[in-house]
Amino acid sequence: MVPLSYYLVLSAILFACGVTGFLIKRNIITIFMSIELMLNGVNLSFVAFAAKWHALSGHVFVFFVMVVAAAEAAVGLAIIIALFRTRETLNIDQVNLLKL
Amino acid sequence: MTENPNLYLWIIPLLPLTGAAINGFFGKRFSRQAVAGVALTFCGAAFGWALWIVAQFSSLHFPYSQTLATWIRSGSFSVDFAFYLDQLSLVMLLVVTGVGFLIHIYSVGYMWEEGGYYRFFSYLNLFMFFMLTLVLASNYLLMFIGWEGVGLASYLLIGFFFLRDSAAAAGKKAFIVNRIGDFGFLIALFLLIQHFNTLDFQQVSAAVQPFAPETAGAGFLTAIALLLMVGACGKSAQIPLYVWLPDAMEGPTPVSALIHAATMVTAGVYMVARSHVIFERAPSALTVVAIIGALTAFFAATIGIAQTDIKKVLAYSTISQLGYMFLACGVAAFSAGIFHLMTHAFFKGLLFLAAGSVIHSVGGEQDMRKMGGLWKKIPWTFGTMAVATIAIAGIPPFAGFFSKDEILWRAYESNWIFWLVGLLTAFITSFYMFRLLFMTFFGEYRGPIGTEHSHEDHAASHGHGHGGIHESPWVMLGPLVILAVLSIVGGWVGIHHRFDDFLAPVFASNASAATAFEGGAATRSDEAGLETTLMLVSVGAATLGFLLAFLLYNRKPKLPGRIAASIQGLYSAVANKYWIDEFYTWIFVKPLVAVSSVVFWRGIDQGVIDATLDGSADTAREVSDNLRHMQSGNLRSYAGWVAVGATAVIAYMVWIGTR
Repeated sequence: MVPLSYYLVLSAILFACGVTGFLIKRNIITIFMSIELMLNGVNLSFVAFAAKWHALSGHVFVFFVMVVAAAEAAVGLAIIIALFRTRETLNIDQVNLLKL
Repeated sequence: MTENPNLYLWIIPLLPLTGAAINGFFGKRFSRQAVAGVALTFCGAAFGWALWIVAQFSSLHFPYSQTLATWIRSGSFSVDFAFYLDQLSLVMLLVVTGVGFLIHIYSVGYMWEEGGYYRFFSYLNLFMFFMLTLVLASNYLLMFIGWEGVGLASYLLIGFFFLRDSAAAAGKKAFIVNRIGDFGFLIALFLLIQHFNTLDFQQVSAAVQPFAPETAGAGFLTAIALLLMVGACGKSAQIPLYVWLPDAMEGPTPVSALIHAATMVTAGVYMVARSHVIFERAPSALTVVAIIGALTAFFAATIGIAQTDIKKVLAYSTISQLGYMFLACGVAAFSAGIFHLMTHAFFKGLLFLAAGSVIHSVGGEQDMRKMGGLWKKIPWTFGTMAVATIAIAGIPPFAGFFSKDEILWRAYESNWIFWLVGLLTAFITSFYMFRLLFMTFFGEYRGPIGTEHSHEDHAASHGHGHGGIHESPWVMLGPLVILAVLSIVGGWVGIHHRFDDFLAPVFASNASAATAFEGGAATRSDEAGLETTLMLVSVGAATLGFLLAFLLYNRKPKLPGRIAASIQGLYSAVANKYWIDEFYTWIFVKPLVAVSSVVFWRGIDQGVIDATLDGSADTAREVSDNLRHMQSGNLRSYAGWVAVGATAVIAYMVWIGTR
């Protein structure tokens, strides 16, 4: 039996990778993927706890997160396409027209 | 007390106010005739109402008072909108409405060519409203409203030609100098409230009656009386607050006649007479009043000798005559003061109006040195002005003689020094008035030839004789003639002390209190012989003044210049009005301006108030300027902030959990 802490460490590593990717990458698609990585890192900790405590609600949460992530991906990709059509760039540093 | 008929006293002041409102709000669209019609109707109606009251005089029981509404109520203290009529206010009412109405008529002609016709009559009616409020008020506070209101009207009318800097400055000067007097008046009112808890004339009078005269010199009645005197000094142009009146001559001449000769400036005398109960119980204050009056009468008269502007001579003459009135009040001869107030309103109003007529006829020239020989060209003006001059000089049987003689006699009874100063003043008065008359109307014409009548000043619509000096229209001469008649007969009401007896009920307490400290004035018949002697002396002084003026300004016109040269220092002191204006500028105005600009403006206003407000605004801007950089528009920096925040929250929760 793999101990719970292994799962949680892996989950934390995944989440940290996601955060780091989000912060350092300029390409908006990569940033998007980093977000997915963070979500899935959290998902892993959910299912790990669910297995440990034999509770069903952890699984349910994961399904919710997946559904929301799918919806978010659909909307997010649509925004990215619209953005690319108007600005012809995917570099996030050049999308700053709303700054003060 | 039997029931009085309802006199509707409140209508009297309200009538001119209505006229002022109509002309003020709509007058701009009216024709000149309509403006004059409105102004004359409402002013005349007030005069008519006053006459209607006189007609019922025998059926009235004085004092008559009428309360309209409560104005202020605070605990047991209350002030009403109430009007009050007794013999004193009746005299004032008639003088104000009567002379005021005549001057309104005169103004119709005098101001015809001037711009702002409706504005002028609106102000004039407004003045009548406040003046009538002043004389009809039944308490000090309502009187104060009128008091301030006439100051406002005076300010507006002095500055009527507001495009001229000197006129605007003169208006401000009058207003500011009057503030000093009003300050004293207000403090006196506060003292009255503190001690008697009322401002009503009758109640104050009743409350003061039991007090004995403060012979020791000091006491709150003396304080109140002196403070009231300060107020009166400001309004009635007495030393040391007289400086505004000569400058007030910047206003149109009818204004000088109405406000600065006949009515407003006598408000101080009226107020002192109205407060006679207080003054009688403060003998040292009365002495101060008498001294100020005598000094003012004398000094203003001496300044009048050397003035060359016809209106300035009359202005100093007004100050001097007001000094007489105060001298009368100061020797507790209040009815003599009011008598002189009345006759003075007639002849000084007439003098100003006639001077206006002269100025009008020579096309705006006011310098007497450029006049001369006018009597043939403007005989009516000359005739009326001669009457007024004889009246003010105090030659019987003209009006000024009776009132001035009464004052001199009462002054002699009190202290012969007052009498001597009064006599000297009478001599000087006679001299400078006849000097004015001779310089203006006799000798050779000294003005510019051919262009006497400046056509720029008088528009082409001038209805009558162009070219050269011409007599004024009858709308102006009519009031002159009526006032001339009054200047002759106006004094006759004083024969056999009838005027004195008429006012006696008002000053009834006068006799008892006055005898208390005068050591018992003897009965009148005993003093008749002395009175006759004094009368002859004062007539002699007036005649001497006339003869001197005749000699210097008619027979030997070169002589005055030589005399002036021989007493260079004294002459320049008099001609420069003793440098009082310059003195005040150095002592009061300049330091005040300096302190205001350095301490109040730069120090407090800019340094403290502005600095606080600007400082807080600057701080807010600097803080937000720094915070603004958080909104960089860089998505990754936002994410970084979110990450830092989340880390901080988690760290905090971990710290909480492990504690």
